[in-house]
Amino acid sequence: MEKVIEVERLAKKFGSFTAVDHISFEVYRGEIFGFLGANGAGKTTAMRMLCGLSKPSFGTGRVVGFDISRETEKIKSRIGYMSQKFSLYETLTVRENIRLYGGIYGMSRADIRKKMDLVLSDLGLSEERNTLVRLLPQGVKQRLAFSVATFHEPQIVFLDEPTGGVDPAVRRMFWELIYQAAANGITVFVTTHYMDEAEYCDRVSIMVDGRIEALDTPSALKQRYGVPGMQEVFYLLARKAQRKDG
Amino acid sequence: MIVAENIGMVYRQMLKEVVALKNVSLEVKKGEVFGLIGPDGAGKSSLFRILTTLLLPTAGRAFVGGHDVVDQFREVRNIVGYMPGKFSLYQDLSVEENLRFFARVFDTTVQANYGQIKDIYEQLAPFKNRRAGALSGGMKQKLGLCCALIHKPEVLFLDEPTTGVDPISRQEFWDVLKRLSGDGISVFVSTPYMDEARLCDRIGLIFKGEILAVDEPDKLVKRHDQKLVAFRGRNMYTLLQDIRQEAAVYSCFTFGDALHVTFHDREYVVDELVRRLEERGHEGVEWWPIEAGIEDYFMKLTNDRCDGKGD
Repeated sequence: MEKVIEVERLAKKFGSFTAVDHISFEVYRGEIFGFLGANGAGKTTAMRMLCGLSKPSFGTGRVVGFDISRETEKIKSRIGYMSQKFSLYETLTVRENIRLYGGIYGMSRADIRKKMDLVLSDLGLSEERNTLVRLLPQGVKQRLAFSVATFHEPQIVFLDEPTGGVDPAVRRMFWELIYQAAANGITVFVTTHYMDEAEYCDRVSIMVDGRIEALDTPSALKQRYGVPGMQEVFYLLARKAQRKDG
Repeated sequence: MIVAENIGMVYRQMLKEVVALKNVSLEVKKGEVFGLIGPDGAGKSSLFRILTTLLLPTAGRAFVGGHDVVDQFREVRNIVGYMPGKFSLYQDLSVEENLRFFARVFDTTVQANYGQIKDIYEQLAPFKNRRAGALSGGMKQKLGLCCALIHKPEVLFLDEPTTGVDPISRQEFWDVLKRLSGDGISVFVSTPYMDEARLCDRIGLIFKGEILAVDEPDKLVKRHDQKLVAFRGRNMYTLLQDIRQEAAVYSCFTFGDALHVTFHDREYVVDELVRRLEERGHEGVEWWPIEAGIEDYFMKLTNDRCDGKGD
């Protein structure tokens, strides 16, 4: 299988504090990879290195074939990113948001125009193209945010707690979008605090104190620890944390 | 301890009127942990702001500790502790300075009420000289709780204290709330995490400004009156899509590693559906009847309202 992420002994130090402690793992094309861990375990720091936003202190890594220390611009143009906290400009219209992000990712005007119609009809938003994003219902906004993050057809999309605070039906519909994207060959790298969502991933890693304590399919993890759900797996591993969450 | 009678809240936004709350009525007893459960935009924060006297309702009345939240707002403010959803302590003051500040605002001292916050504050003590703005999410939340408790309030209002917090810290936080309610403090808490509903004495489900139901968690889920069955198969995504195609099916959603399926007809024979799925080429389809959880019931209520579109 083709690897879209491969990191070896990746570490990040801030002064004497080791936020990410020599982690090694691989993610394959079309995989839904869940990246779990307690607050302060080092998830965000690791993710920033993978996206080319932060330089590793030690170790090597490649994302979509490019070096995460030296070829960060190439990585940035080939990945998508979305988080619950920030993804769309509320005071721009649907069309303006898409055009802005398409432009940032270096797409030509012609390409943006072509793809825009497709995406809008897919989302059923053709009529609302000139509506301000903040006036859209929450579920629609979320689907639009995902479409925007994947508009430039990245090989991998990073989702940082994409479903925090949304209602249960919207949360599930969002996951159906994730399945669709993965079926189309886009690799999905996702963090979440909802443990039922961990069950939807092909493989899951759990970070504790900057290290990856476990990495496997949800069913293999449940079997290994002899528990019925990912919630219990998470408790067993994360409770061992020594690091004081300051 | 809290009584809300037909509370309504309408915001004017440019030329549009936005209804945030519609006819909200509820009661919270002394020493009770009452959970307000609903997604973002349901109106939770508006209700919190009204009950803590920070926002005037456009309809209805509310009382906290017997005091009217509009006419007697000063009395209400003395007996409530409020932790807003957004971190609102002074980022440039240290942990210790924040705590001292909030104690003084309420004309008391940290020493006088230290017993109230001791267990939580001990975890913060190693960081007491750190600026509040530089704390991690879990620690900010603990400091927020300490500051809301330092004047010994009778009612504690916590607006989404656990949002974005990992499952372990969330569990610890709920243990603290249980203890506080054991001491007689009433706790009014909101959360978007349905699994936390089980930890409340009673819950209210709120959606689009309306309270859909109020009850004890165990009693609430018993109101779910549809046939509910869990499904599992080799390819869960195509299984989900094919089950949704079936006319007998009312709803089908993923729940962890299984699908939860409800039917229009309580008496529907599930074997029939399984046979049809196998005809479509699904292998190893398993199913078993299940009891509804809070999330099942919430989704049923909201599904009934928005015709399954989820927005």
